[in-house]
Amino acid sequence: MLIYILRRLLVAIPTIALLVIAAFCMMHLAPGGPFTSERPLPPDVLANIEARYGLDQPLWKQLWDYFANIVLHFDFGPSFVYKDRDVNDIIATGFPISLTYGSLAFLAATLVGVALGIAAAIRHNTWVDYFAVSLGIAAQALPNFIMGPILILTFTLWLGWLPGGGWNGGQWQYLIMPVIALSTSYMGSIARITRSSMLEVMNANFIRTARAKGLPQRSIIWRHAMKPTLLPVISYLGPVFVYVLTGSVFVDLYFSTGGLGQAYVNSALTRDYAVLLGVTILYGALTVIVNLLTDLAYAWFDPKIRY
Amino acid sequence: MAFFGTSPKAAALADEITDFTAVRGRSLFRDALNRFLRNKAAMASLLILLLIVCFVIFGPFFSQWSNEEIDWVVMGDVKGMGGPSLETGHYFGVDDLGRDLFARTIQATRTSLLVGLIGAAMALLVGTFWGVVAGYYGGKLDSIMMRFVDILLAIPLTLVLILILVVAGRSFTALFLGLGAVSWLTMSRIVRGQTLALKSREFIEAARATGVSEGTIIWRHILPNLAGVVIVYASLLVPEMILAESFISFLGLGISEPNTSLGRLIAEGAGTMAYGTLWQLLFPLFFYVALIIAMFFVGDGLRDALDPKDR
Amino acid sequence: MTRLTRLTLTTFLSAGLAAGAVAQETHPETGEALAADQTFTYRILDNISSIDPQIVEDTDGSDVVRDLFEGLLNQDENGELVPGVATDWELSDDKMTYTFHLRDNAKWSNGDPVTAGDFVYAWRRAADPATASPYQWFISLMKLENGDAVVAGDMAPEELGVEAIDDTTLEVRLTTPLPYFPQMVVHSTTFPSPQSVIEEHGSAWTSPENFVGNGAYVLTQMNPGESIVREKSETYWDAENVILDKSVALIINDENVALTRYRAGEIDMTDIPAGQFPRLRDEYGEEAHSFPKLCNYYYSFNLSESGPEAFKDPNVRKALALAVDRDIIVNNVMAGGQPPAYVFTPEATAGFDAPATEMAGMTQAERDAKAKELLAEAGYGEDNPLSFNMVYNTSEAHQKVAVVLSQMWKQKLGVQAQLSNMEWKVFLEERGNQNFELARGAWCGDYNEASTFLDLLQSDSGYNDGKYSNPEYDQLLAEALTADDTAPLYTKAEEILAEDMPVIPLYHYAGVYMIDDSLKNFPVNNIQFNWYSKDLYKAAE
Repeated sequence: MLIYILRRLLVAIPTIALLVIAAFCMMHLAPGGPFTSERPLPPDVLANIEARYGLDQPLWKQLWDYFANIVLHFDFGPSFVYKDRDVNDIIATGFPISLTYGSLAFLAATLVGVALGIAAAIRHNTWVDYFAVSLGIAAQALPNFIMGPILILTFTLWLGWLPGGGWNGGQWQYLIMPVIALSTSYMGSIARITRSSMLEVMNANFIRTARAKGLPQRSIIWRHAMKPTLLPVISYLGPVFVYVLTGSVFVDLYFSTGGLGQAYVNSALTRDYAVLLGVTILYGALTVIVNLLTDLAYAWFDPKIRY
Repeated sequence: MAFFGTSPKAAALADEITDFTAVRGRSLFRDALNRFLRNKAAMASLLILLLIVCFVIFGPFFSQWSNEEIDWVVMGDVKGMGGPSLETGHYFGVDDLGRDLFARTIQATRTSLLVGLIGAAMALLVGTFWGVVAGYYGGKLDSIMMRFVDILLAIPLTLVLILILVVAGRSFTALFLGLGAVSWLTMSRIVRGQTLALKSREFIEAARATGVSEGTIIWRHILPNLAGVVIVYASLLVPEMILAESFISFLGLGISEPNTSLGRLIAEGAGTMAYGTLWQLLFPLFFYVALIIAMFFVGDGLRDALDPKDR
Repeated sequence: MTRLTRLTLTTFLSAGLAAGAVAQETHPETGEALAADQTFTYRILDNISSIDPQIVEDTDGSDVVRDLFEGLLNQDENGELVPGVATDWELSDDKMTYTFHLRDNAKWSNGDPVTAGDFVYAWRRAADPATASPYQWFISLMKLENGDAVVAGDMAPEELGVEAIDDTTLEVRLTTPLPYFPQMVVHSTTFPSPQSVIEEHGSAWTSPENFVGNGAYVLTQMNPGESIVREKSETYWDAENVILDKSVALIINDENVALTRYRAGEIDMTDIPAGQFPRLRDEYGEEAHSFPKLCNYYYSFNLSESGPEAFKDPNVRKALALAVDRDIIVNNVMAGGQPPAYVFTPEATAGFDAPATEMAGMTQAERDAKAKELLAEAGYGEDNPLSFNMVYNTSEAHQKVAVVLSQMWKQKLGVQAQLSNMEWKVFLEERGNQNFELARGAWCGDYNEASTFLDLLQSDSGYNDGKYSNPEYDQLLAEALTADDTAPLYTKAEEILAEDMPVIPLYHYAGVYMIDDSLKNFPVNNIQFNWYSKDLYKAAE
């Protein structure tokens, strides 16, 4: 197992390098650059700026320098748009914020979602099931861009209970709305997948056998049904975990949280090359790690799985 | 695998059908169909879907306005005069520019239905194929295929979409390419995970030991057992695709004005919901929610129907 | 700055703040009761590009920089020049040398005096290719001696035509008379910057812990994506007349959310979303403000090789321009008090007399009739409908205008205009490469003079995306550069535009804001929208 983990981590390095190369190429293929603006810069000025950011170099050289700076100095370069800041700084301020509200939202979505899904499956076709199903649908029916304004209208304007946005170091008042907004949409999906997976497992032969043996329902569910039920849920949670940890652009936009989600989407729209690459690397590293964890979780949930 | 047993009727048909899998598929299909037809919630949802489709097809005959025409009279005072009304012919009211929301909702529902179904179908096909191959064959192939998915998961989506726009231009095909690019990755991970688990089950091992070919194992044993999870996830994807479309359109890919989609109508309505024109949110949202509910129960019904264990 | 001085400075600052809050209860001039909490909170759309005066390029950033630094001159609430660091100036007889006299009591926030040398350093820094400022072009625009050569890297920055005669005298040499030059030193690119601090900290000098400025405020917090906080500086030479203690910019991307937060009392000032002004004025009365801004909004025809054949015919262009009912666009779509535009340059621009164009004088019915006639003359009609593609960058307001335009043309002229929205950078790239037929455009004046707009349509202008070219027009603008009385020339130029119609002017911008009643002195009459927190105050409710 240890060898497997080490091998996967080793493979991660070329994977991320490939990711950077792919993102780099796409970035330069996309129309417009960081300095394309409504007011086209005079050629002299553009040349000065490009020289400052090394964009006058051939592409392979830019890419090489980029890797070299990361490996030698752990320096991901300056932001091309926010001139006072560099990528290390942007990630260092944004990521902890995204991480905070993201992991809370993930926790909330997973716990509530899985609980709802299991309850619905166990009490299949009873009011518990219907309640869970409608809650799941309601959560899905209110996408982020409706949730955001509704929450702010309700809790800030009408009730006056919560500040309408901001972060303030992550005080709880500022966390509530982002976490609710972010978790609901995933909650519905998680409940849905858990429910159907559980229903399927409860019909499987080994559960029937267990039932035939006269084991109590509780023990069947917790001892036997739980692990296989969660298998597809885990597959779904993997990518969700990465999305949520790097922050949600909607949350950042509506609640001014200052997380990485907005920085990420913005960097693509403004062609802020270094920021885009830097966040992509973070994203890629998280994806690789989380997917490794997912695969390990598979093996733990189903010891028969071999890679 | 007793449930694969042939009924007398199927046996009579067997002469005409030489293909082995087709016979299997047929009886499995009939079996599933019967179970699906017995599922009340699923049938009701199918009816809802049918009604929505009817609305989309026949709605325009009742509409007094086209989806792009501006009602100049109402335009100046949308809040006061633009509400739903039979008199003005704007059954669902008008949007912020004074365009008939009834006609726009019809057109948007049509677009979004198409976008949702085709997007989910693409994810279903590509994701299942990718995931089954990676999961079943495992080893190096699995490693390469899944690292490829990792890379695609991490590549900035905005860039991918902008490049599709540059290469393919603005078209419906480009929109579906874009939707496909968004949707199949998570599906492939789910399918792979399930395949990994299935692969080590006794019945697969038994099949392999008795020398059944790999293609047959995948087709007859892996895929039917994946169906439940895959269909449920695909039905989850439908609303996701409908919303993803509005982001894709933001980048200039996909549907352009005066045409619209449910995602965009909802987003527009959500923006102005505090300004006394709530109908702009509620009508499109109603159709969106109806679609989600219908997809939920149809997906659920299909899952139940196709579950090989559940008879 | 050493640790010791920094420590004493903060102690001094906090002590001063506390004292200020208690002492100021009524306004020294008007005698109004002042609010206890002198904090101004306003909404901005996005993070600012920089707080480095030579580098900042966005308007929200410039607003912050104007508080943190003070240039030679400031503007008052009407946009008129008032002393800043300079108390007055002289102009040589050849009108090419300006001598600014600086006050001797201006101080940096670390206590150092602000000298003419700081301006020389800053201006050289702005022109220096090594700084790589996107506003280097502003140096060219100022027509400083050797400016272009320094920007191009052909001359050392020391050769720039700016010199400190002594600590309080700054001499500026231009290559050509520039009547509006004093207006230009209100711009942030010309603000002084603290040489010692920049040399000590390098690019990190702008972070709050290193920051040193000479403005009425100092930067105390910079939370990207969340807020920017600046607090009153006690070292500012006129600190005793500064009432507002704190100015906070909240970054709220969604304008509807920002408005909700305004209504919840969290913000003192925010933008009004397009179309919402009338409703808000009914509900909130005087809190909803609309005032003219120095920007225009237009659609430009692609007149280059790659443009459609139809647009080469001025009658087609005129017909399309005539058929647009601007009143509907300004009253029903934008609805924020924007003036309809029949000329390119905003009529509020200083020293500009808009010509009485034929189009402006007609009723809309007459215009529509004329448009039909012109289009028929050009050979387009029911059997041969005109059809083209129009592009705009994705935004709700732009989309609304585009939809309304296409519907007007369709219903009145039977013209088929396909709409394409594009992501901003793609849009700029396509428009800049003449890869369009009809494209949205907008421009905000760099200074309050008509040439900032009219230059856009000059044949060799880098911003002339439609590639309009008329030698007579170019000639007029060239004359205006040196003319004493420019107004008739600009009027004439607009008349040519009205005849050639290379662009369809739609409306001129208005600043449409909700401003809380307690906030006083916001310069709504300053058409360039240059505001200073030091001039604002909050009255008691």
